[in-house]
Amino acid sequence: MNAIVAEFPLLAVTLIKIVVLLFVVLTTLAYLTWFERKVVAHIQTRWGPYRVGPHGLLQPLADGLKFLFKEDPAPAGAERFVYYLAPFLAMTLALTTFAVIPFGPQDIRIFGQRTPLGITDLNIGLLILFAITSLGVYGVALAGWSSNSKYPLLGGLRSSAQMFSYELALTLSVVGVLLMAGSFSLREIIQAQQGRFWGVLPRWNIIAGPFPQIIGFFCYFVAAVAETNRAPFDLPEAESELVAGFHTEYASFKFAMFFMGEYANMITVSCLATIMFFGGWISPFPPAHAWAWTAFLPTALFAGLGLYLFFDGLRYETLLGRIVLPLLGAALCSLAVFFVLHPGANAFVQGPFWFLLKVFLFLFLYVWARGTLPRLRYDQLMAIGWKLLLPLSLANVLLTSLLLAWRQK
Amino acid sequence: MPLTSECLILSAILFGLGVVAFVFKRNLITIFMAIELMLNAVNLAFVAFSRVWGKMDGQVFVFFVIVVAAAEAAVGLAIIILIARNRQSLNVERVDFLKL
Amino acid sequence: MTVQNILFFVFAALVVAGAVSLILQRHPIHCALSLIVVMVSLAGLYLLLGAEFVAAVQIIVYAGAIMVLFVFVIMLLNAGEEERTNLSRLAHAAGVPLALALTAVLGVILTKAARLGGVKPLPPTPTHTLAMFLFRDYVFPFELTSFLILVAILGAVVLAQRER
Repeated sequence: MNAIVAEFPLLAVTLIKIVVLLFVVLTTLAYLTWFERKVVAHIQTRWGPYRVGPHGLLQPLADGLKFLFKEDPAPAGAERFVYYLAPFLAMTLALTTFAVIPFGPQDIRIFGQRTPLGITDLNIGLLILFAITSLGVYGVALAGWSSNSKYPLLGGLRSSAQMFSYELALTLSVVGVLLMAGSFSLREIIQAQQGRFWGVLPRWNIIAGPFPQIIGFFCYFVAAVAETNRAPFDLPEAESELVAGFHTEYASFKFAMFFMGEYANMITVSCLATIMFFGGWISPFPPAHAWAWTAFLPTALFAGLGLYLFFDGLRYETLLGRIVLPLLGAALCSLAVFFVLHPGANAFVQGPFWFLLKVFLFLFLYVWARGTLPRLRYDQLMAIGWKLLLPLSLANVLLTSLLLAWRQK
Repeated sequence: MPLTSECLILSAILFGLGVVAFVFKRNLITIFMAIELMLNAVNLAFVAFSRVWGKMDGQVFVFFVIVVAAAEAAVGLAIIILIARNRQSLNVERVDFLKL
Repeated sequence: MTVQNILFFVFAALVVAGAVSLILQRHPIHCALSLIVVMVSLAGLYLLLGAEFVAAVQIIVYAGAIMVLFVFVIMLLNAGEEERTNLSRLAHAAGVPLALALTAVLGVILTKAARLGGVKPLPPTPTHTLAMFLFRDYVFPFELTSFLILVAILGAVVLAQRER
């Protein structure tokens, strides 16, 4: 292995990182569906999946097996090539966006090569992200059209019209962040948010600079929720409306690909929101000596979770739960102990921990919005996109650039 | 050595293919797409020359070509929609109002 | 055989394959998909030539907006497969060699023009320099294009309205 890596260092290291990241992202996708079902269920005072494995933890596996073994019909008269291309396009584009997201500040060593934590860092990383997002419209439009059926066609046209209407507001809402950071590269956007106000408050873009980007964040998040076709903007694909919208005629694995593409887009949007507005991997606590205890917050979180799982698992109803849950709890506790004993590992895990925690909070916000808010009608949806978000984001750009120019004088 | 000469030959080939598509296809929308192909070939030539001479004027001009192509596509497709409504066909041989 | 050469041949092959597919396919939606392949591969070529902002704009605007407009119009008009043409055989026989001749002339002129000076290096921050050019030297055409887009929007909306 070392010989191969020495021969083609960049290629081999990047391939290893891609494989690891794909594995992590696909597992996260699967358990994001579990998380969503549990949270929405608890919002609706019911339990969600709890039979398949302890606390329903094997439900994503069961769903995956179901998708693999289900019958795979294609509608008569459907345009073959485009019909099979559309879900492939949707999923591939959604997964490609993870290539430019940075996960932590420090470099890691893979088989002797130093490499940053994240697959790559482009000069125009943010633009490439928007480029891939704008290509995502094709997955939806082509799926709707190639199904040779009226509900998918209408749902596909509506959904893609919604997607590229909100793309404008999405792209404009981040221009304030770009003006303040001075670069399209995601790492540099995070590095421009270093420093503290009065030694304590982090200089995140949402409270920093000449103009705190609160309007920008609001426009960005609302536009992103609409862009990913999630509630409350999911009229084109809701079950009680146009049957199921553009993916009506898709079954089993192709539907699973659309599903995965949608959740991958959700994760990408959450990652971008933390990077651009909430400082990415920058911890909310200052690195001063009086705050050094905050370095043990990841440890405390893992230890707390591990102990809860351990003691709750011992009292679980099924035998499998009584074995698996305490084992998981013990694994988390030993991870916490490992971080206490190895300060190097603890320092390394700080950046990714805060990044992933913020991403998790945004994903929770997504699921919370789905469980709580009613659906918007299509004309209300388009009116918000064009008449509210676009002028708001333009006003944000104007104010940010005015204040920046005035400060530079 | 950047591959500018090869890119210029590719640009010429693309332009030729665009001309062939423009002349030989019958569907109005496909002919319009052939025009976009020719514009893309010209964009490639601009970017290649910008690389050769190290100036950014070529890329600025590509920016303007893309914007003008967008405006032209919008209006052109609106006209095509009108023609399709009037003649109930997208075949360019049916749009022969000015024939003697 | 550096990585750049390999990448160039991959992208160039994709571009030519997409353009030939545009000519050979009969259904307009397949032609549109071929053109999207051409545009995305061209964006890859722009990246190889060092024009990063133009590559991103090519994907966002050309492949992500203009071609979406084409695909929507094809779906709206329910365009079917192309019919046979009744163009004369002479035109077919004479057309292809003439197009080849045009391509050859263009290729010769362009490569001769490129050899006039040596290859000079691009500025280190191309996006920043491009922005400086666009908003200082070329600001008047920039404002004119905003006016042009406004006129195009109005024209498209008025032309494509339903019959009253």
